[in-house]
Amino acid sequence: MNEQPAFDPAAPLTPTGNLRRRRAISRVAESGATLAAVLAVGVLAIVVYSVLVHGASALSLDFLFKGEPDGIGPALVGTAEIVAMATVFAVPLGVLVAVYLVEFGGGRMATPIRTTLDVMNGYPSIIVGLFVFALIVEPTESQSGIAASVALAIIMLPIVARGTEEVLRLVPDSMREASDALGVSRWRSVLTVILPSAVGGIATATILAVARAAGETAPLLLITSVFDGSHVSLNPFEAVPNIPVTIYKLSEEANPEGFARAWGAGFVLLAFIMVANIGARVLLNRSRRKMAG
Amino acid sequence: MSTAASPAAPGSVQPSRSRSADRRRSLDRFGDGLLRTVCAAAAVTAVGILVLSAYQIIDHASPAISKFGLGFLFSTEWLPNFGVFGAGTLLYGTLVSSFFALLLGAPIAIAIGLYLSLLAPKGIRGVISPMVEMLAAIPSVILGFWGVLLLAPFVHKHVEPFLHDTLGFIPLFGPPQTTGLSVFTASLILTIMIIPIVASISRDLFLAVPRDVQEGASALGATRWEVVRGIVLPTTSSGVIAASLLGLGRALGEAIAVAQVIGAGEKIPESLFEPGDTIAARIANQFPGAITEMHKASLYYLGAILLVIGLASNLCAQWIGRRFDYRRAAAR
Repeated sequence: MNEQPAFDPAAPLTPTGNLRRRRAISRVAESGATLAAVLAVGVLAIVVYSVLVHGASALSLDFLFKGEPDGIGPALVGTAEIVAMATVFAVPLGVLVAVYLVEFGGGRMATPIRTTLDVMNGYPSIIVGLFVFALIVEPTESQSGIAASVALAIIMLPIVARGTEEVLRLVPDSMREASDALGVSRWRSVLTVILPSAVGGIATATILAVARAAGETAPLLLITSVFDGSHVSLNPFEAVPNIPVTIYKLSEEANPEGFARAWGAGFVLLAFIMVANIGARVLLNRSRRKMAG
Repeated sequence: MSTAASPAAPGSVQPSRSRSADRRRSLDRFGDGLLRTVCAAAAVTAVGILVLSAYQIIDHASPAISKFGLGFLFSTEWLPNFGVFGAGTLLYGTLVSSFFALLLGAPIAIAIGLYLSLLAPKGIRGVISPMVEMLAAIPSVILGFWGVLLLAPFVHKHVEPFLHDTLGFIPLFGPPQTTGLSVFTASLILTIMIIPIVASISRDLFLAVPRDVQEGASALGATRWEVVRGIVLPTTSSGVIAASLLGLGRALGEAIAVAQVIGAGEKIPESLFEPGDTIAARIANQFPGAITEMHKASLYYLGAILLVIGLASNLCAQWIGRRFDYRRAAAR
């Protein structure tokens, strides 16, 4: 115990001893947190920047429209086809699941369904690949685009269902009550009042799911990987060329020309995904604002 | 859905109106039942997909399960040409790379969550939050390709020698190998994948901590860090653990990016800088080329193991998360 100095009312209020130490610790912690955020943004910037720089030099009209070995046209068309089919499978199913959870309460099934969606969301995509291989590819003895879209639909389903569930909960109860008061039956008010007012949110969830599915590689590697990328083939009952597997294959070969093509394909894929994500965000903000009034 | 009947014709006389009202009522009852049934069927389909997938994978793994039994988990021999398979090496690689990624990623992610929820000015938060989430949107194949061509050489040239020089007394940080394709590089890629997941969940958790309690602590003289240490972290700890488990689940199941950068080693790596292999990466690497039945069945067995680990971490996270919800609800 050191001697207390005499109290001097005129002295400026500056922290001493313990308080100074506590302030210093706090400042260190704050700058650590800021640094972590800068680090994450930095990593994003580095990855995006290197894909942009390396990819832009590979880009040309021929690259986008011609087949291998000049370009990735068939793979682009194939990815679009697979993802479009997957969207057709996943979106109606996902919306219906969400309607069941929100509008019909889900009953005793609500917890198992929510758990299922959460588990599916965290499902390793390679497991989805193994499953669809066992379910479709093995019995039919051929890889196929349709099987790939089933796998992607399984990956998209929880994203669509959860996103839709969230916006359906945002639809104000007063709308449901008004609809009930006018004597409109349940199914009519779901189809003509509730779903239309949630359409912005459903579109957001769909876009996010499409962005996720477009870059998914693991299932496609098992289900639609043996293809000829030199010409467009749209037959969904055969293996369909696609972007992710093309990049994966090129990255496994030690071939500088292939690397250049992989950067180009990565550029196109990443650009699509970034634009989709930003678009979804804008759409979400707009529909939230609309719903808030 | 298109059975929507025209509403009762306006101006029709009394008796026919009541008949059309009857018709409409029965139609409505039918429509309600139909929509309910269709929605329930969709929900059951979702649950069915999950159950069927587990069944299919275990069913296809059964030849390997009955041949190798549980010893499969510990055997380190993987010789497709001799029909001998064991998952020991892969299990080790999976656990080490994922735990290391979590060890590195979770503190960074939690710090980001703190920054975004408590420190950042509103304008900056609106910019950085989406950027962190964007990190999760980068497809794993692109991240892996970037890892092979740019990250691995950098790690090999700069990071590994540095770590070996400073931490070399720990056997895990052995001498750098001929390339940067190693368990360490794979962990770094997994770290990048984990961070956005954990960061965005913990940001939402921290934002939900009641403001008045924090302000009360500040009024009593607590510094910002003391508020975090004493109030924010303790009230959200189970949620943060759940978020980390979700991140761990993501890391355990990642196949493509890991397959690209881990170097497909055949033996248990003695140091982090040696090539190794994980369960998911092995499936991605060998399944397309597997010819013998036993090879395929063993890869399905690996899938079943991954399924169990992934399911366990996911359900654990959900359970912890839900308990957290209850406690918060009770505290209110």
